[in-house]
Amino acid sequence: MARNKRAIPEINAGSMADIAFLLLIFYLVTTTMDTDKGINRKLPPIDELTEEPPPIKERNIFTVLVNSNDQLLVEDEYLEISELRAKAMEFIDNNGDGSCTYCNGYGVSTSSVNPVKAVISLQNDRGTSYGMYVKVQNELVAAYEDLREIYAENEYGRSYRSMDPEEDKEIIKAIKNAYQQKISEAEPLNIGG
Amino acid sequence: MAVIKKKKNKELPAVNTSALPDIVFMLLFFFMVATVMREVDLKVSVNKPQATEIQKLERKSLVTYIYAGSPRQKYQDKFGKTPRIQLNDAFASLDDVQPFVIQERETKTEEERPMMTMSIKADKTVKMGLISDIKLELRKAQAYKINYSSNPAKDAQALYTSGY
Repeated sequence: MARNKRAIPEINAGSMADIAFLLLIFYLVTTTMDTDKGINRKLPPIDELTEEPPPIKERNIFTVLVNSNDQLLVEDEYLEISELRAKAMEFIDNNGDGSCTYCNGYGVSTSSVNPVKAVISLQNDRGTSYGMYVKVQNELVAAYEDLREIYAENEYGRSYRSMDPEEDKEIIKAIKNAYQQKISEAEPLNIGG
Repeated sequence: MAVIKKKKNKELPAVNTSALPDIVFMLLFFFMVATVMREVDLKVSVNKPQATEIQKLERKSLVTYIYAGSPRQKYQDKFGKTPRIQLNDAFASLDDVQPFVIQERETKTEEERPMMTMSIKADKTVKMGLISDIKLELRKAQAYKINYSSNPAKDAQALYTSGY
């Protein structure tokens, strides 16, 4: 019959684009693209114990003070932020007792014994700007990262920063173990608040 | 002669737009996959500091944000210019930080809780006094994993020369 031969009329898809555009604009407005990045840190738990912390020898502590004018005092010496990284690396890598086989330090008697014992102590003022604080943190973390980079190049002949966190899990662990990050933060001062 | 002149079609043929929805849908899917929902309406102005040693925050659902900075222009008559804390969509005081963290922790499952990260998004001009107070509150609330949100710097040299 002629009736059966009649084609089904095509659905008008002309407004499909309009609908899709509407959705697209909705997503453009309500979402953001920026990925969150930052410096990861761990806070110490508040311990109720009034126990004395184990004594650390003066030579194993690298003191970094930041005052309310964003100036640095490192090991009783005025320092620019650009010099901090090298100074911290020198301290961590010093290898005073010669027990660290991979260190390249000078073995100065007033600096740290070995990277395991070396502690960086950071104290800031309540008036220090957050920007400066992040910068100092960044430099101290960078000092450790740079040392790990050198270690990875020497031991494995590879770049530490370009390693894959999944594939090279074991190697990364070993490298991190060689230079353990030890940054301790003291309660802030309130002088120039 | 019997030449029949064909009448020329003067009008231009319409451009075929049947592939337009496909293109738009492709764009739409790209945006749906590549972006995330805007979390909050910022009431404080946050100009993040710069750093080079930054890590990406892995799982967005486990990150809780704490904002600190001066109130934005339109809120300044009401709240002044002193840096303040913002939690979710409202200004908050220091005492609100602990309940906020605990409340956020409640929404996560048992095994996710230790991996919860507090991201501090603060303006670089904020004084450390405020940040230290926040940090102390976080320690009290037993939220130890924190992240100082920063923008990537091109190189270390750029950090040394910039004002902050």
